[in-house]
Amino acid sequence: MTHKSLLTVDALTRKRNTAEKRFKAYGLGAIIVAMIALALLLTSVVSTGSSAFKQTYATITVPLPAAKLDKSGTRDLAVMKKVTTIGYASLLRDGMVATVEELGIATDLNAKTIGKMLSKEASATVRNAVLADPDIVGTDMEFKLLMNGRIDGYFKGRVTMESAALDGNTSPEELQLAQALADVGVVDTTFNWAFLTAPDASDQRPEAAGLGVAILGSLYMMIVVLVLALPIGVAASIYLEEFAPKNRWTDIIEVNISNLAAVPSIVYGILGLAIFINFMEFNQSSPLVGGLCLTLMTLPTIIISTRAALKSVPPSIRDAALGVGASKIQAVFHHVLPLAASGILTGTIIGLAQALGETAPLLLIGMVAFVREYPAAYTPDAGLFGEAATALPVQVFNWTQRADPSFVERASGAIITLLIFLLIMNAIAIFLRRKFERRW
Amino acid sequence: MSILKLTVSSVAVAAIAATTAYARDNVQVAGSSTVLPYAAIVAELFGENFDYPTPVVESGGSSAGLKRFCEGVGENTIDIANASRQIKPTEAAACAEAGVTDIIEVRIGYDGIVFASDINGNDFAFTPTDWYKALAAEHFIDGALVPNTFTSWNEVNADFPDQPIQTFIPGTKHGTREVFEEKVILAGCAEGGFLDAMIAAGADHDTAEGKCMAIRTDGRSVDVDGDYTETLARIEADTNGIGVFGLAFYENNTDKLQVATMAGVVPTTESIAAGDYPVSRPLYFYIKVAHIDVIPGLKDFAEFFVSDDVSGPDGPLAEYGLVSDPELSDVQDTVMNEVKMGDM
Repeated sequence: MTHKSLLTVDALTRKRNTAEKRFKAYGLGAIIVAMIALALLLTSVVSTGSSAFKQTYATITVPLPAAKLDKSGTRDLAVMKKVTTIGYASLLRDGMVATVEELGIATDLNAKTIGKMLSKEASATVRNAVLADPDIVGTDMEFKLLMNGRIDGYFKGRVTMESAALDGNTSPEELQLAQALADVGVVDTTFNWAFLTAPDASDQRPEAAGLGVAILGSLYMMIVVLVLALPIGVAASIYLEEFAPKNRWTDIIEVNISNLAAVPSIVYGILGLAIFINFMEFNQSSPLVGGLCLTLMTLPTIIISTRAALKSVPPSIRDAALGVGASKIQAVFHHVLPLAASGILTGTIIGLAQALGETAPLLLIGMVAFVREYPAAYTPDAGLFGEAATALPVQVFNWTQRADPSFVERASGAIITLLIFLLIMNAIAIFLRRKFERRW
Repeated sequence: MSILKLTVSSVAVAAIAATTAYARDNVQVAGSSTVLPYAAIVAELFGENFDYPTPVVESGGSSAGLKRFCEGVGENTIDIANASRQIKPTEAAACAEAGVTDIIEVRIGYDGIVFASDINGNDFAFTPTDWYKALAAEHFIDGALVPNTFTSWNEVNADFPDQPIQTFIPGTKHGTREVFEEKVILAGCAEGGFLDAMIAAGADHDTAEGKCMAIRTDGRSVDVDGDYTETLARIEADTNGIGVFGLAFYENNTDKLQVATMAGVVPTTESIAAGDYPVSRPLYFYIKVAHIDVIPGLKDFAEFFVSDDVSGPDGPLAEYGLVSDPELSDVQDTVMNEVKMGDM
């Protein structure tokens, strides 16, 4: 029998090495597939959605004749409110036509069509300005007004001369006029803060639709989830992990918690509808009910991660505390809990992020709705978080169902916003873990 | 103990929340996804022109909306149900049982159902009979029912191009499906003489109608349970597809879709209002009378909805694709005088 050097590779070692190489290649392949999927998702969302953060406005002078807006001449708001936005639309048309004429831009379009190049939201902007300051009636005021969705789409490349020729809602002539106005600086595409602050808008004015109500609704729900799920979850985990006797009952509870974590989220919506709305009579569409449903959904996640965090604190810490005479509760609250805090926070934030992106339970409790009023956190009538609201993922769902193609861009923009929020939350979770984690 | 404090305070918060009497100062609307865009447009205008908060409008379908409407009276139930069809007697009975006895029925106008295909594809001039022949599960030939074997439109009608039959029709949960079956498939079956032939061959009327309306399930016709946006996406993916849309949806997407004529008539708000275009249906909403004095703005909203400025032929709803009701003034009277169903 000849002795081989360890350095010469025999057949078996070679086989083992190739097996290892193969496994590494599989792993790398899996990661590449995942990265490609992510890249595709992000490119499609960002390419369609990034334009939602820009918006086309026209800066024009609108005549505000007293004869039309305040016939009584008393500046009485109750009377002035009788002039509706439909009435204001003709003033905007006059302002738009006058601007075009002043600039000497030749066009074959009639006044009505030129007026329609402005968003329907524009008349609400002017009306609100007049009602806020009735003294401007009788003057000519300059306003920065939204252009309609098709014109906006043209400056973003979504609408072309070819598609406009076939489109019943716009025409190449309108786009040419808009281009001429843009050349002299009357029409401009700027960053769209309103997308993050404005409420939803109807199908006739996609250009005005924003995420304001949805962001507020999501925020309120996250507050409810945090305030309820964190203390309840942590208390339950501490009891189960540190105090509860190990017997059949605690085993059953443990199995059930794990099962609850896997229950489809829509089930919590059905439960929420039955308990919170039909039995407890909380308001439909309210962030309170949404938050309560999401609390139930997130609780198992928080309990499981908190228990894991508590388990990772070595028993020697408890033993040492008990050894110097601490009571059990002192050992837990003074020593174990602070050491487990980073794990608990990480788990909570990940639970919150999951709740933030959840749509299904909200479908059943009336949050998939057209809501334009900003919900107040508290009103004596509606109670705490009791006013109707929507939520970010629900707004995405809502916008994808709208007929006007401009909403496709809005929906993708909302996805981008939601992804940014999730990214921030996960970054905080990672930061907390890095900063406070103790290794043993 | 901060965590203890948090727990105590959150329990207190929950207790406060639970003991508050909930009152609602906004109108809540739910129901048909066909009526949704119109209701949202009106809600938006109402909110910006009146001192009331903007009504909250939910979708979910006519049946789901009416079911929630009929859950009872009280601020945690909705005030208005939108429907793309009339309320059924069984639904009205369920309403009455739950205490919702007084209901005002409001017809807001008519909705056209159109047949559209990819803008670059062939154009079609359909008749209901063509659709029956293309989509029926079984054809009645020489006294016997045989499975539909047509795979191309030129087999249906020699005037049509050789284009594979692929249709995307509303799923059974949509109110539109009912109208489609009744006004297109059944009408086509009757016009083509197939219904009479079946009855003549000894089938009773109901069975024959049922056979007429049975849609083929071999994949040539696909039920779309989502919204029209899904139908549009299907047609963009399969340019041979022909889809069923609402007129308003088509009018917002004329750069991607071309519309087919039905029985020689191009669907427009005018041709539907005149009654020339055969496939249309009325749209309704239902008001819970018991809520009128409780929810601020409910009646004003309903009156605003049916006012000439909003629902009239020059109003924003007509501009979006609603065919305005020729008898709008009667509807306005119904709302103003709170004429309940059953009193008429």
